[in-house]
Amino acid sequence: MAQKVTISPVTRVEGHGKVTIKLDDEGHVTQSRFHIVEFRGFERFVQGRPYWEAPVLVQRLCGICPVSHHLGAAKAVDMIVGAGAGDGLTPTGEKMRRLMHYGQILQSHALHFFHLTSPDLLLGIDADPAVRNVIGVARSPDYKDLAVQGVMMRKFGQEIIEATAGKKIHGTGAIPGGINKSLSLEERDRFLKGKDPLNADTMIDWAEAAVALFRDYHQKHREMIDGYSQFPSNHLSLVGRDGALDLYHGKLRAVDADGKKILNDVNYQDYLSHIAEEVRSWTYMKFPFLTNLGNEKGWYRVGPLARLNTCDFIPTPRAQKAFEEFKAYTGGKPDNMCMHTHWARLIEALFAAESIKELLEDPDLQGEDRVVKGTRQNEGIGLIEAPRGTLFHHYRVNEFDQIQMANLIVSTTNNNQAMNEAVGQVARREMDGQKTITEPMMNAVEVAIRAYDPCLSCATHALGKMPLEITLLNHNEEVVDRKSRHTNGVQQN
Amino acid sequence: MSKQITFTIDGETCKAEEGTYILDAARKNNKYIPTLCNLEGIPPKGACRMCTVKINGKLVTSCTTRVTDGMQIESEDPGLDDLRKSILEMLFVEGNHLCPSCEKSGSCELQALAYRYRMTVPRYPFFFPRRNIDSTHPKIIKDHNRCILCKRCIRAIKDQNGKSIFAFLNRGHHTKIYVDPDLADKLTDELADRAVEICPVGAIMKRGDGFKDPIGERKYDKQPIGSELEQQL
Ligand code: SF4
Ligand code: NI
Repeated sequence: MAQKVTISPVTRVEGHGKVTIKLDDEGHVTQSRFHIVEFRGFERFVQGRPYWEAPVLVQRLCGICPVSHHLGAAKAVDMIVGAGAGDGLTPTGEKMRRLMHYGQILQSHALHFFHLTSPDLLLGIDADPAVRNVIGVARSPDYKDLAVQGVMMRKFGQEIIEATAGKKIHGTGAIPGGINKSLSLEERDRFLKGKDPLNADTMIDWAEAAVALFRDYHQKHREMIDGYSQFPSNHLSLVGRDGALDLYHGKLRAVDADGKKILNDVNYQDYLSHIAEEVRSWTYMKFPFLTNLGNEKGWYRVGPLARLNTCDFIPTPRAQKAFEEFKAYTGGKPDNMCMHTHWARLIEALFAAESIKELLEDPDLQGEDRVVKGTRQNEGIGLIEAPRGTLFHHYRVNEFDQIQMANLIVSTTNNNQAMNEAVGQVARREMDGQKTITEPMMNAVEVAIRAYDPCLSCATHALGKMPLEITLLNHNEEVVDRKSRHTNGVQQN
Repeated sequence: MSKQITFTIDGETCKAEEGTYILDAARKNNKYIPTLCNLEGIPPKGACRMCTVKINGKLVTSCTTRVTDGMQIESEDPGLDDLRKSILEMLFVEGNHLCPSCEKSGSCELQALAYRYRMTVPRYPFFFPRRNIDSTHPKIIKDHNRCILCKRCIRAIKDQNGKSIFAFLNRGHHTKIYVDPDLADKLTDELADRAVEICPVGAIMKRGDGFKDPIGERKYDKQPIGSELEQQL
């Protein structure tokens, strides 16, 4: 009898989603879907509001990655006030924003690795779910320092955000055409020379050690890490003008699974002519694709793995060294192994820590020239590389400064097809011939999704959280088994 | 010079010139009485009722009542505090006050008073009125969602002939502040800035200028409302 499996809720994923797996009458997986069941339209919500509210208002759609939305929207409204498309700000304006952004990257990547991923890696995917969490890591004699480091790196990143945005979450720092504050010398010195461990040098050392930890783990579990979920795909991100990894601003580049450039450093102002979104009836999350390849072949991945696949180099020394090792592993070709996203994420955390130090040493942060304005425009597009990948903000305003149209493509939406591919692959491996869903099976599916660090509250533009469950259905659409659990990992039937 | 008189606020002896309004007299004696509509130097209106005090057991608005010799004024008592809190709650439910995205947040008198009176969830149901934004003036945007109809703008922002640039439109529930079309071009940059400043809430915004003050340096970030007087004691 054919069956369908749904997995829900995905624990240790920000927000919730739902997985449905369908089996044919021989018990083989015929279809799997990762879907979103709730929708709140922020794009409608901002209509009519003055454009300068966008950076503060829109960040509210997510409590997890507000800084990315704050900056993405700010870059879009920069254009509206005539401050250029991402490169027209004063040095103080741009560098303060970059500092804010790298603070966010550091804290988000640290959270993801230490809290959400390390339990799977260090304690094992099939470890008892009661201990397979960050508390379990903290209690294990081998890794207890690591758990503390995770907490401290996160704190450091959040304090950077507070010093630049005004608050740890939902600040107001980025305003149209620049920033509303500079960094005081006291703040700078605290971050540079602060009491151990809360200073930039320690962060760099720890981030580097985390990369080494992953490398070490990888060496011992190569088969699992490399083969867990691996499939060819295109990769998309911003890259700096010179091809450098740049998470704040750049041109849009995409490479295919072999590394061929399929979007060659185009101006993101033209994103609408390169990227389209497909709507599918069974989920609120759209499926973006590159128009030159079409919706079948044009889907792509975004995020840390994609960024290291698109960029040519990393402009900070220690991250560059790690990047070279990363590239060498696949002979310079794009890396299509999902679990390597964790590796890439840690290299980016190192890059963020090094960038923070570089920025802190720059006297422009104490500059007083913070805002630029030029000729008023009616449209603004701002892209940024959020922790989870490329984030698009697009606004059109009327002559009265009111937002008429907002279009957002969030990172998790960009990864929609990739997450579905990943779930499908794991489902075929784990669920084939199964009639009930076991805890390790659930976790296996979750591990594949979690590599993308999806932010589902963002992806649905939801204000609240949504539950997620796994359902197993037969070919008559009858529920054979259903398991769900809450974010605390407690399983329910 | 007019006659000095003596009166008490909550039992403390104060002095003022005869004929002064209670609220102003209190200010001069470093006594804080909350208000949303009153503005120093501008004729009072008694619109918001926040400044209600008790004299001989009777409630009066202190901004429109003149102090007399020997007057005994009660301002701080649990009953009055609750009355003031209930006024704040009414204002909150009657409009659409969404502090998280409002550029006045941190400098907003309504928000600051809500903190002072420890308002959490209003006791009244929210109206969620459908109100719009008036963005037709080239210098300012009026957000009717946030307007508490205190009339400060009407009373304080005048052209060189002393004519109010702002005016009321409609009546009752539908009352709105608008810029008198005949005087619209009289709203200079200075007057526009002043209007933004005196509006106790975020109902008047200067175009293209939001969120200029960083968190930490906004009016009430350092000092809660009222403390500028209370700390003098
Ligand atoms: S616009 Fe501001 S100052 Fe004018 S009445 Fe409304 S709240 Fe009072
Ligand atoms: Ni998010």
